[in-house]
Amino acid sequence: MFKMTSNIMRNLVVKKSTRRYPYEVREPFDKVRGELVNDIDRCIFCGTCAVKCPSQCIEVDKQTYKWIYDPFACVYCGVCVDICPAKSLFQKTQYRKPVGERLTISMQGKPRKKAKDKEAVKATEAPAAEPGGEPPPPETPSAPKE
Amino acid sequence: MRKTVIPFGPQHPVLPEPIHLKLTVEDERITEVIPALGYVHRGLERLADVRDFHQMIQVVERVCGICSVIHALCYCQGVEELMGVEVPPRAKFLRVMWSELHRIQSHLLWLGLFADSFGFESLFMQFWRVRERIMDISEATTGNRVIVSVNVVGGVRRNPDAEQLRWLLTQLDWVEEEVQRLETTMLEDYTVKKRTVGKGVLTTEKAYELGAVGPVLRASGVAQDTRQTGYAAYGELHFEPVVETDGDCYARSKVRFRETLASVDLIRRAINRLPDGEVRAKVKSKGNPQGETVNRVEQPRGELLYYLKGKGEKNLDRVRIRTPTFANIPPLLVMLPGLYLSDVPVVTLSIDPCISCTER
Repeated sequence: MFKMTSNIMRNLVVKKSTRRYPYEVREPFDKVRGELVNDIDRCIFCGTCAVKCPSQCIEVDKQTYKWIYDPFACVYCGVCVDICPAKSLFQKTQYRKPVGERLTISMQGKPRKKAKDKEAVKATEAPAAEPGGEPPPPETPSAPKE
Repeated sequence: MRKTVIPFGPQHPVLPEPIHLKLTVEDERITEVIPALGYVHRGLERLADVRDFHQMIQVVERVCGICSVIHALCYCQGVEELMGVEVPPRAKFLRVMWSELHRIQSHLLWLGLFADSFGFESLFMQFWRVRERIMDISEATTGNRVIVSVNVVGGVRRNPDAEQLRWLLTQLDWVEEEVQRLETTMLEDYTVKKRTVGKGVLTTEKAYELGAVGPVLRASGVAQDTRQTGYAAYGELHFEPVVETDGDCYARSKVRFRETLASVDLIRRAINRLPDGEVRAKVKSKGNPQGETVNRVEQPRGELLYYLKGKGEKNLDRVRIRTPTFANIPPLLVMLPGLYLSDVPVVTLSIDPCISCTER
Protein backbone atom coordinates (compact mmCIF):
# COMPACT_ATOMS: atom_id res chain seq x y z
CA MET A 1 0.00 0.00 0.00
CA PHE A 2 2.70 2.49 0.94
CA LYS A 3 5.15 1.83 -1.88
CA MET A 4 5.45 5.52 -2.74
CA THR A 5 6.20 6.65 0.80
CA SER A 6 10.00 6.43 0.57
CA ASN A 7 9.85 8.47 -2.62
CA ILE A 8 7.69 11.11 -1.02
CA MET A 9 9.99 11.38 2.00
CA ARG A 10 12.97 11.74 -0.30
CA ASN A 11 11.27 14.47 -2.28
CA LEU A 12 10.90 16.51 0.88
CA VAL A 13 14.64 16.85 1.28
CA VAL A 14 15.98 16.99 -2.31
CA LYS A 15 16.09 20.04 -4.55
CA LYS A 16 12.95 21.12 -6.40
CA SER A 17 12.55 19.66 -9.89
CA THR A 18 10.81 22.69 -11.32
CA ARG A 19 11.83 26.31 -11.58
CA ARG A 20 9.80 29.49 -11.82
CA TYR A 21 10.36 29.62 -15.54
CA PRO A 22 10.09 33.15 -16.86
CA TYR A 23 11.98 34.49 -13.82
CA GLU A 24 14.53 31.71 -13.52
CA VAL A 25 16.05 30.41 -16.73
CA ARG A 26 18.50 27.54 -16.86
CA GLU A 27 21.91 28.04 -18.47
CA PRO A 28 21.51 26.92 -22.09
CA PHE A 29 23.61 24.04 -23.38
CA ASP A 30 26.29 24.73 -25.98
CA LYS A 31 25.22 24.29 -29.59
CA VAL A 32 21.52 24.52 -28.86
CA ARG A 33 19.57 25.53 -31.93
CA GLY A 34 17.86 28.68 -30.72
CA GLU A 35 17.05 31.99 -32.34
CA LEU A 36 18.21 32.29 -35.95
CA VAL A 37 20.24 35.37 -36.75
CA ASN A 38 21.66 36.62 -40.02
CA ASP A 39 24.80 38.73 -39.96
CA ILE A 40 23.63 40.73 -42.94
CA ASP A 41 27.01 42.33 -43.63
CA ARG A 42 28.44 38.93 -44.33
CA CYS A 43 25.48 37.65 -46.35
CA ILE A 44 26.12 37.16 -50.08
CA PHE A 45 22.41 36.78 -50.98
CA CYS A 46 23.00 33.49 -52.75
CA GLY A 47 19.55 32.21 -51.74
CA THR A 48 20.73 28.74 -50.71
CA CYS A 49 19.00 29.02 -47.33
CA ALA A 50 15.69 29.88 -49.00
CA VAL A 51 15.97 26.88 -51.33
CA LYS A 52 16.97 24.37 -48.65
CA CYS A 53 14.62 25.49 -45.88
CA PRO A 54 12.09 22.69 -45.25
CA SER A 55 9.42 25.07 -43.97
CA GLN A 56 10.20 27.71 -46.61
CA CYS A 57 10.31 30.51 -44.07
CA ILE A 58 13.18 32.42 -45.70
CA GLU A 59 12.94 34.63 -48.77
CA VAL A 60 15.96 36.13 -50.45
CA ASP A 61 15.70 38.92 -52.99
CA LYS A 62 18.92 38.89 -54.99
CA GLN A 63 18.13 42.10 -56.86
CA THR A 64 17.36 44.37 -53.92
CA TYR A 65 19.62 42.53 -51.39
CA LYS A 66 16.81 41.73 -49.01
CA TRP A 67 16.70 38.83 -46.60
CA ILE A 68 13.21 38.15 -45.21
CA TYR A 69 12.59 35.60 -42.48
CA ASP A 70 9.41 34.45 -40.75
CA PRO A 71 10.42 33.28 -37.25
CA PHE A 72 7.01 31.73 -36.61
CA ALA A 73 7.16 29.45 -39.62
CA CYS A 74 10.76 28.46 -38.79
CA VAL A 75 11.18 24.98 -37.30
CA TYR A 76 14.71 25.60 -35.96
CA CYS A 77 16.18 22.58 -37.73
CA GLY A 78 19.41 24.42 -38.51
CA VAL A 79 19.65 23.25 -42.13
CA CYS A 80 20.24 26.83 -43.36
CA VAL A 81 23.02 27.32 -40.82
CA ASP A 82 24.74 24.12 -41.97
CA ILE A 83 24.73 25.02 -45.64
CA CYS A 84 25.28 28.80 -45.55
CA PRO A 85 28.35 29.28 -47.79
CA ALA A 86 29.24 32.70 -46.34
CA LYS A 87 28.66 31.55 -42.72
CA SER A 88 26.49 34.59 -42.19
CA LEU A 89 23.66 32.60 -40.56
CA PHE A 90 23.99 31.32 -37.04
CA GLN A 91 21.77 30.25 -34.20
CA LYS A 92 21.93 31.63 -30.68
CA THR A 93 21.67 29.29 -27.72
CA GLN A 94 18.66 31.17 -26.37
CA TYR A 95 15.18 30.55 -27.68
CA ARG A 96 13.05 33.32 -29.07
CA LYS A 97 10.86 34.94 -26.43
CA PRO A 98 7.10 34.67 -26.89
CA VAL A 99 5.47 37.76 -28.34
CA GLY A 100 1.90 38.94 -28.75
CA GLU A 101 1.78 39.45 -32.48
CA ARG A 102 3.21 38.03 -35.68
CA LEU A 103 6.24 39.57 -37.25
CA THR A 104 8.57 38.97 -40.14
CA ILE A 105 12.18 39.97 -39.96
CA SER A 106 13.35 41.84 -43.00
CA MET A 107 17.00 42.77 -43.36
CA GLN A 108 18.43 45.07 -45.98
CA GLY A 109 21.97 44.32 -47.08
CA LYS A 110 24.49 46.09 -49.25
CA PRO A 111 25.73 44.87 -52.60
CA ARG A 112 28.81 42.75 -52.12
CA LYS A 113 31.97 44.29 -53.51
CA LYS A 114 34.20 42.49 -55.95
CA ALA A 115 37.47 41.13 -54.62
CA LYS A 116 39.71 43.82 -56.09
CA ASP A 117 37.36 46.62 -55.06
CA LYS A 118 37.49 45.25 -51.59
CA GLU A 119 41.24 45.47 -51.39
CA ALA A 120 41.08 49.05 -52.57
CA VAL A 121 38.56 49.82 -49.84
CA LYS A 122 40.75 48.14 -47.26
CA ALA A 123 43.70 50.31 -48.26
CA THR A 124 41.70 53.53 -47.96
CA GLU A 125 39.68 52.72 -44.83
CA ALA A 126 42.15 51.80 -42.15
CA PRO A 127 39.78 51.13 -39.19
CA ALA A 128 37.34 48.41 -40.16
CA ALA A 129 33.74 49.37 -39.45
CA GLU A 130 32.10 47.18 -36.80
CA PRO A 131 28.99 45.41 -38.07
CA GLY A 132 25.97 46.68 -36.22
CA GLY A 133 23.15 44.61 -34.83
CA GLU A 134 23.73 41.13 -33.40
CA PRO A 135 27.20 40.20 -32.20
CA PRO A 136 28.66 37.13 -33.95
CA PRO A 137 28.76 33.94 -31.87
CA PRO A 138 32.10 32.68 -30.56
CA GLU A 139 32.12 29.49 -32.66
CA THR A 140 31.88 31.16 -36.08
CA PRO A 141 35.08 32.53 -37.55
CA SER A 142 35.28 36.27 -37.13
CA ALA A 143 36.88 37.01 -40.50
CA PRO A 144 34.48 37.05 -43.45
CA LYS A 145 35.04 34.36 -46.01
CA GLU A 146 36.83 35.60 -49.09
CA MET B 1 -31.20 -5.53 -21.65
CA ARG B 2 -31.51 -2.08 -23.15
CA LYS B 3 -28.54 -0.91 -25.15
CA THR B 4 -27.06 2.55 -24.76
CA VAL B 5 -24.50 4.15 -27.02
CA ILE B 6 -21.95 6.28 -25.22
CA PRO B 7 -19.39 8.33 -27.14
CA PHE B 8 -15.85 8.19 -25.78
CA GLY B 9 -13.74 11.00 -27.18
CA PRO B 10 -12.69 12.73 -29.40
CA GLN B 11 -12.15 14.98 -26.39
CA HIS B 12 -11.60 13.10 -23.16
CA PRO B 13 -9.45 13.90 -20.11
CA VAL B 14 -7.19 10.86 -20.54
CA LEU B 15 -6.74 11.18 -24.28
CA PRO B 16 -3.89 13.38 -25.39
CA GLU B 17 -5.14 13.14 -28.95
CA PRO B 18 -8.56 12.84 -30.60
CA ILE B 19 -9.94 9.37 -31.22
CA HIS B 20 -13.64 8.71 -31.08
CA LEU B 21 -14.93 5.37 -29.81
CA LYS B 22 -18.63 4.66 -30.02
CA LEU B 23 -19.28 2.35 -27.08
CA THR B 24 -22.43 0.24 -26.97
CA VAL B 25 -23.08 -0.61 -23.35
CA GLU B 26 -25.52 -2.93 -21.65
CA ASP B 27 -25.89 -1.88 -18.06
CA GLU B 28 -22.24 -1.02 -17.30
CA ARG B 29 -20.60 -3.56 -19.61
CA ILE B 30 -19.38 -2.82 -23.09
CA THR B 31 -20.66 -4.99 -25.88
CA GLU B 32 -19.45 -3.28 -29.00
CA VAL B 33 -16.90 -0.67 -29.97
CA ILE B 34 -16.76 1.28 -33.22
CA PRO B 35 -13.80 3.60 -33.73
CA ALA B 36 -13.83 6.81 -35.73
CA LEU B 37 -10.65 8.47 -36.87
CA GLY B 38 -9.82 11.48 -39.01
CA TYR B 39 -9.81 14.42 -36.62
CA VAL B 40 -6.15 15.36 -37.08
CA HIS B 41 -5.40 14.39 -40.65
CA ARG B 42 -2.73 16.74 -42.02
CA GLY B 43 -1.81 15.21 -45.38
CA LEU B 44 1.92 15.03 -44.71
CA GLU B 45 2.48 12.24 -47.25
CA ARG B 46 1.27 14.54 -49.99
CA LEU B 47 3.95 17.07 -49.12
CA ALA B 48 6.43 14.81 -50.92
CA ASP B 49 5.19 16.49 -54.10
CA VAL B 50 6.38 19.94 -53.09
CA ARG B 51 9.35 19.23 -50.81
CA ASP B 52 12.50 17.59 -52.11
CA PHE B 53 13.75 14.38 -50.54
CA HIS B 54 16.12 16.18 -48.16
CA GLN B 55 13.41 18.53 -46.93
CA MET B 56 11.06 15.59 -46.39
CA ILE B 57 13.18 14.55 -43.40
CA GLN B 58 11.86 17.51 -41.43
CA VAL B 59 8.35 16.72 -42.65
CA VAL B 60 8.36 13.05 -41.61
CA GLU B 61 9.77 14.04 -38.24
CA ARG B 62 6.55 15.93 -37.71
CA VAL B 63 4.40 12.86 -38.31
CA CYS B 64 5.00 12.09 -34.65
CA GLY B 65 6.84 14.43 -32.35
CA ILE B 66 7.45 11.84 -29.66
CA CYS B 67 9.31 9.45 -31.95
CA SER B 68 10.72 11.94 -34.45
CA VAL B 69 14.21 10.41 -34.54
CA ILE B 70 12.84 7.01 -35.46
CA HIS B 71 10.60 8.35 -38.22
CA ALA B 72 13.52 10.23 -39.73
CA LEU B 73 15.76 7.18 -39.31
CA CYS B 74 13.31 4.96 -41.19
CA TYR B 75 12.90 7.51 -43.96
CA CYS B 76 16.66 8.09 -44.29
CA GLN B 77 17.34 4.35 -44.40
CA GLY B 78 14.86 4.04 -47.23
CA VAL B 79 16.35 6.90 -49.24
CA GLU B 80 19.87 5.60 -48.60
CA GLU B 81 18.80 2.23 -49.93
CA LEU B 82 17.38 3.82 -53.07
CA MET B 83 20.50 5.89 -53.65
CA GLY B 84 23.00 3.21 -52.68
CA VAL B 85 24.63 5.23 -49.92
CA GLU B 86 26.74 3.42 -47.35
CA VAL B 87 26.33 4.98 -43.90
CA PRO B 88 29.51 5.27 -41.80
CA PRO B 89 29.57 2.86 -38.81
CA ARG B 90 29.83 5.66 -36.23
CA ALA B 91 26.64 7.22 -37.61
CA LYS B 92 24.86 3.89 -37.28
CA PHE B 93 25.75 3.63 -33.61
CA LEU B 94 24.78 7.24 -32.98
CA ARG B 95 21.44 6.59 -34.66
CA VAL B 96 20.88 3.71 -32.24
CA MET B 97 21.83 5.97 -29.34
CA TRP B 98 19.34 8.70 -30.27
CA SER B 99 16.62 6.18 -31.16
CA GLU B 100 16.92 4.60 -27.75
CA LEU B 101 16.94 7.96 -25.99
CA HIS B 102 13.70 8.68 -27.77
CA ARG B 103 12.31 5.31 -26.79
CA ILE B 104 13.09 6.04 -23.14
CA GLN B 105 11.41 9.44 -23.20
CA SER B 106 8.40 8.04 -25.04
CA HIS B 107 8.00 5.16 -22.60
CA LEU B 108 8.42 7.45 -19.59
CA LEU B 109 5.83 9.76 -21.07
CA TRP B 110 3.49 6.83 -21.53
CA LEU B 111 4.11 5.44 -18.04
CA GLY B 112 3.25 8.84 -16.64
CA LEU B 113 0.10 9.20 -18.74
CA PHE B 114 -0.91 5.65 -17.87
CA ALA B 115 -0.53 6.39 -14.16
CA ASP B 116 -2.63 9.50 -14.71
CA SER B 117 -5.31 7.46 -16.52
CA PHE B 118 -6.04 5.46 -13.37
CA GLY B 119 -5.81 8.53 -11.21
CA PHE B 120 -2.31 8.18 -9.72
CA GLU B 121 -1.16 11.73 -10.35
CA SER B 122 1.89 11.79 -8.12
CA LEU B 123 3.34 8.81 -9.99
CA PHE B 124 2.67 10.66 -13.24
CA MET B 125 4.71 13.59 -11.98
CA GLN B 126 7.55 11.34 -10.86
CA PHE B 127 7.86 9.74 -14.29
CA TRP B 128 7.76 13.06 -16.07
CA ARG B 129 10.40 14.45 -13.75
CA VAL B 130 12.75 11.67 -14.85
CA ARG B 131 11.78 12.22 -18.48
CA GLU B 132 12.89 15.84 -18.26
CA ARG B 133 16.49 14.67 -17.88
CA ILE B 134 16.24 12.74 -21.15
CA MET B 135 14.96 15.88 -22.85
CA ASP B 136 17.99 17.71 -21.50
CA ILE B 137 20.28 15.02 -22.93
CA SER B 138 18.58 15.42 -26.30
CA GLU B 139 18.99 19.18 -26.15
CA ALA B 140 22.65 18.98 -25.24
CA THR B 141 23.62 16.34 -27.80
CA THR B 142 21.46 17.33 -30.77
CA GLY B 143 20.42 20.95 -30.25
CA ASN B 144 16.67 20.50 -29.94
CA ARG B 145 14.51 18.94 -27.28
CA VAL B 146 11.75 16.99 -28.98
CA ILE B 147 12.03 17.14 -32.76
CA VAL B 148 15.77 16.82 -32.80
CA SER B 149 16.34 16.82 -36.56
CA VAL B 150 19.58 14.90 -36.35
CA ASN B 151 19.26 12.33 -39.14
CA VAL B 152 20.22 13.17 -42.69
CA VAL B 153 20.52 11.08 -45.81
CA GLY B 154 23.97 9.53 -45.41
CA GLY B 155 24.39 9.70 -41.66
CA VAL B 156 23.80 12.09 -38.78
CA ARG B 157 24.39 15.81 -38.35
CA ARG B 158 25.96 15.92 -34.92
CA ASN B 159 29.05 14.18 -33.66
CA PRO B 160 29.21 14.17 -29.87
CA ASP B 161 32.75 14.14 -28.46
CA ALA B 162 34.05 11.83 -25.74
CA GLU B 163 33.41 14.33 -22.96
CA GLN B 164 29.78 14.78 -23.96
CA LEU B 165 29.27 11.02 -24.11
CA ARG B 166 30.77 10.65 -20.63
CA TRP B 167 28.35 13.28 -19.36
CA LEU B 168 25.51 11.44 -21.13
CA LEU B 169 26.43 8.20 -19.38
CA THR B 170 26.44 9.82 -15.93
CA GLN B 171 23.01 11.31 -16.67
CA LEU B 172 21.77 7.90 -17.76
CA ASP B 173 22.95 6.40 -14.47
CA TRP B 174 20.75 8.93 -12.69
CA VAL B 175 17.81 8.11 -14.96
CA GLU B 176 18.19 4.39 -14.39
CA GLU B 177 18.40 4.83 -10.63
CA GLU B 178 15.30 7.04 -10.56
CA VAL B 179 13.29 4.72 -12.80
CA GLN B 180 14.21 1.74 -10.65
CA ARG B 181 13.08 3.64 -7.60
CA LEU B 182 9.61 3.82 -9.14
CA GLU B 183 9.51 0.14 -10.02
CA THR B 184 7.85 -1.04 -6.83
CA THR B 185 5.16 1.62 -7.12
CA MET B 186 4.40 0.98 -10.78
CA LEU B 187 4.52 -2.80 -10.71
CA GLU B 188 3.72 -3.89 -7.16
CA ASP B 189 1.38 -1.30 -5.72
CA TYR B 190 -2.01 -2.66 -4.66
CA THR B 191 -4.10 0.11 -6.21
CA VAL B 192 -2.18 0.05 -9.48
CA LYS B 193 -2.59 -3.71 -9.77
CA LYS B 194 -6.26 -3.44 -8.96
CA ARG B 195 -6.77 -1.21 -12.00
CA THR B 196 -4.54 -3.06 -14.47
CA VAL B 197 -4.28 -6.80 -13.76
CA GLY B 198 -6.65 -8.83 -15.91
CA LYS B 199 -8.02 -5.76 -17.72
CA GLY B 200 -8.17 -5.77 -21.51
CA VAL B 201 -6.70 -9.21 -22.08
CA LEU B 202 -5.38 -9.91 -25.57
CA THR B 203 -4.52 -13.56 -26.15
CA THR B 204 -1.46 -14.62 -28.13
CA GLU B 205 -3.58 -16.00 -30.98
CA LYS B 206 -5.70 -12.87 -31.24
CA ALA B 207 -2.66 -10.59 -31.06
CA TYR B 208 -1.02 -12.48 -33.88
CA GLU B 209 -4.16 -12.76 -35.94
CA LEU B 210 -5.08 -9.07 -35.70
CA GLY B 211 -1.56 -7.94 -36.44
CA ALA B 212 -0.76 -6.21 -33.15
CA VAL B 213 2.69 -4.63 -33.00
CA GLY B 214 5.17 -3.42 -30.44
CA PRO B 215 4.63 -3.69 -26.69
CA VAL B 216 1.00 -4.81 -27.23
CA LEU B 217 2.22 -7.83 -29.18
CA ARG B 218 5.13 -8.56 -26.86
CA ALA B 219 2.90 -8.35 -23.77
CA SER B 220 0.79 -11.10 -25.33
CA GLY B 221 3.75 -13.45 -25.49
CA VAL B 222 5.04 -13.01 -29.04
CA ALA B 223 8.76 -12.27 -29.03
CA GLN B 224 8.75 -10.05 -32.08
CA ASP B 225 10.64 -6.81 -32.28
CA THR B 226 11.76 -5.16 -35.50
CA ARG B 227 15.09 -4.36 -33.85
CA GLN B 228 15.86 -8.07 -34.17
CA THR B 229 16.25 -7.52 -37.92
CA GLY B 230 19.45 -5.66 -37.05
CA TYR B 231 18.90 -2.35 -38.83
CA ALA B 232 21.32 0.52 -38.04
CA ALA B 233 23.72 -1.00 -35.50
CA TYR B 234 21.23 -3.20 -33.61
CA GLY B 235 22.68 -6.27 -35.30
CA GLU B 236 25.97 -5.77 -33.48
CA LEU B 237 24.47 -5.05 -30.06
CA HIS B 238 22.95 -8.51 -29.37
CA PHE B 239 19.49 -7.15 -28.83
CA GLU B 240 16.85 -9.26 -27.11
CA PRO B 241 13.15 -8.32 -26.98
CA VAL B 242 11.26 -7.91 -23.72
CA VAL B 243 8.34 -10.33 -23.51
CA GLU B 244 5.45 -10.87 -21.11
CA THR B 245 2.76 -13.50 -21.44
CA ASP B 246 -0.38 -12.27 -19.67
CA GLY B 247 -1.60 -9.88 -22.37
CA ASP B 248 -3.39 -7.52 -19.97
CA CYS B 249 -2.79 -3.86 -19.12
CA TYR B 250 -0.40 -4.83 -16.37
CA ALA B 251 1.72 -6.91 -18.77
CA ARG B 252 1.82 -4.02 -21.24
CA SER B 253 2.97 -1.56 -18.62
CA LYS B 254 5.55 -4.11 -17.44
CA VAL B 255 6.90 -4.52 -20.97
CA ARG B 256 7.27 -0.77 -21.39
CA PHE B 257 8.84 -0.40 -17.97
CA ARG B 258 11.39 -3.11 -18.66
CA GLU B 259 12.04 -1.75 -22.15
CA THR B 260 12.96 1.59 -20.63
CA LEU B 261 15.69 -0.09 -18.61
CA ALA B 262 16.70 -2.23 -21.59
CA SER B 263 17.10 0.92 -23.67
CA VAL B 264 19.40 2.44 -21.05
CA ASP B 265 21.48 -0.71 -21.32
CA LEU B 266 21.47 -0.55 -25.14
CA ILE B 267 22.70 3.05 -25.11
CA ARG B 268 25.54 2.10 -22.76
CA ARG B 269 26.57 -0.76 -25.04
CA ALA B 270 26.29 1.42 -28.14
CA ILE B 271 28.50 4.11 -26.59
CA ASN B 272 31.05 1.58 -25.37
CA ARG B 273 31.38 0.14 -28.85
CA LEU B 274 31.16 3.46 -30.69
CA PRO B 275 33.68 3.39 -33.54
CA ASP B 276 35.67 6.45 -34.59
CA GLY B 277 35.44 8.17 -37.92
CA GLU B 278 33.07 10.07 -40.13
CA VAL B 279 29.40 10.51 -39.28
CA ARG B 280 28.11 11.68 -42.62
CA ALA B 281 28.68 10.13 -46.04
CA LYS B 282 28.76 12.29 -49.15
CA VAL B 283 25.55 11.91 -51.13
CA LYS B 284 25.80 14.65 -53.73
CA SER B 285 27.39 12.41 -56.37
CA LYS B 286 24.73 9.69 -55.96
CA GLY B 287 22.03 11.57 -57.81
CA ASN B 288 18.38 11.29 -56.88
CA PRO B 289 16.54 8.31 -55.39
CA GLN B 290 15.19 5.88 -57.93
CA GLY B 291 13.16 2.70 -57.47
CA GLU B 292 11.01 1.56 -54.60
CA THR B 293 11.68 0.23 -51.16
CA VAL B 294 9.96 -0.84 -47.97
CA ASN B 295 11.69 -0.14 -44.69
CA ARG B 296 10.73 -1.23 -41.20
CA VAL B 297 11.99 0.01 -37.84
CA GLU B 298 10.81 -0.33 -34.27
CA GLN B 299 9.15 2.72 -32.81
CA PRO B 300 8.36 2.98 -29.09
CA ARG B 301 4.80 2.00 -30.05
CA GLY B 302 5.73 -0.80 -32.41
CA GLU B 303 6.68 -1.51 -35.95
CA LEU B 304 6.85 1.45 -38.30
CA LEU B 305 6.74 0.92 -42.03
CA TYR B 306 7.80 3.28 -44.80
CA TYR B 307 7.21 2.66 -48.46
CA LEU B 308 9.19 5.00 -50.70
CA LYS B 309 9.11 5.32 -54.45
CA GLY B 310 11.42 7.56 -56.41
CA LYS B 311 11.57 8.30 -60.12
CA GLY B 312 15.05 9.77 -60.18
CA GLU B 313 13.73 13.25 -59.49
CA LYS B 314 14.27 15.59 -56.59
CA ASN B 315 10.78 14.88 -55.26
CA LEU B 316 9.83 11.38 -54.23
CA ASP B 317 6.95 9.91 -56.17
CA ARG B 318 5.27 8.35 -53.14
CA VAL B 319 5.83 8.22 -49.41
CA ARG B 320 3.54 5.81 -47.60
CA ILE B 321 3.74 5.60 -43.84
CA ARG B 322 2.10 2.94 -41.71
CA THR B 323 2.39 3.76 -38.05
CA PRO B 324 2.08 1.29 -35.16
CA THR B 325 -1.10 2.74 -33.64
CA PHE B 326 -2.89 2.03 -36.89
CA ALA B 327 -2.05 -1.65 -36.43
CA ASN B 328 -3.00 -1.59 -32.75
CA ILE B 329 -6.54 -0.26 -33.14
CA PRO B 330 -8.09 -3.62 -34.23
CA PRO B 331 -6.67 -5.37 -31.13
CA LEU B 332 -8.09 -2.53 -28.99
CA LEU B 333 -11.56 -3.29 -30.32
CA VAL B 334 -11.16 -6.89 -29.18
CA MET B 335 -9.87 -5.91 -25.73
CA LEU B 336 -12.73 -3.60 -24.79
CA PRO B 337 -15.94 -5.72 -25.02
CA GLY B 338 -16.84 -7.28 -21.70
CA LEU B 339 -15.18 -4.60 -19.59
CA TYR B 340 -16.80 -2.03 -17.34
CA LEU B 341 -17.15 1.47 -18.74
CA SER B 342 -14.75 2.82 -16.12
CA ASP B 343 -11.94 0.62 -17.46
CA VAL B 344 -12.12 2.06 -20.98
CA PRO B 345 -9.67 4.95 -20.40
CA VAL B 346 -7.05 2.64 -18.90
CA VAL B 347 -7.33 0.00 -21.62
CA THR B 348 -7.42 2.58 -24.43
CA LEU B 349 -4.29 4.20 -23.10
CA SER B 350 -2.56 0.85 -22.69
CA ILE B 351 -2.01 0.56 -26.45
CA ASP B 352 -0.21 3.93 -26.30
CA PRO B 353 -2.40 5.58 -28.93
CA CYS B 354 -0.69 8.16 -31.10
CA ILE B 355 -3.48 9.45 -33.29
CA SER B 356 -1.60 12.21 -35.11
CA CYS B 357 0.81 9.48 -36.15
CA THR B 358 -1.97 7.26 -37.41
CA GLU B 359 -3.67 9.92 -39.47
CA ARG B 360 -0.49 11.66 -40.63
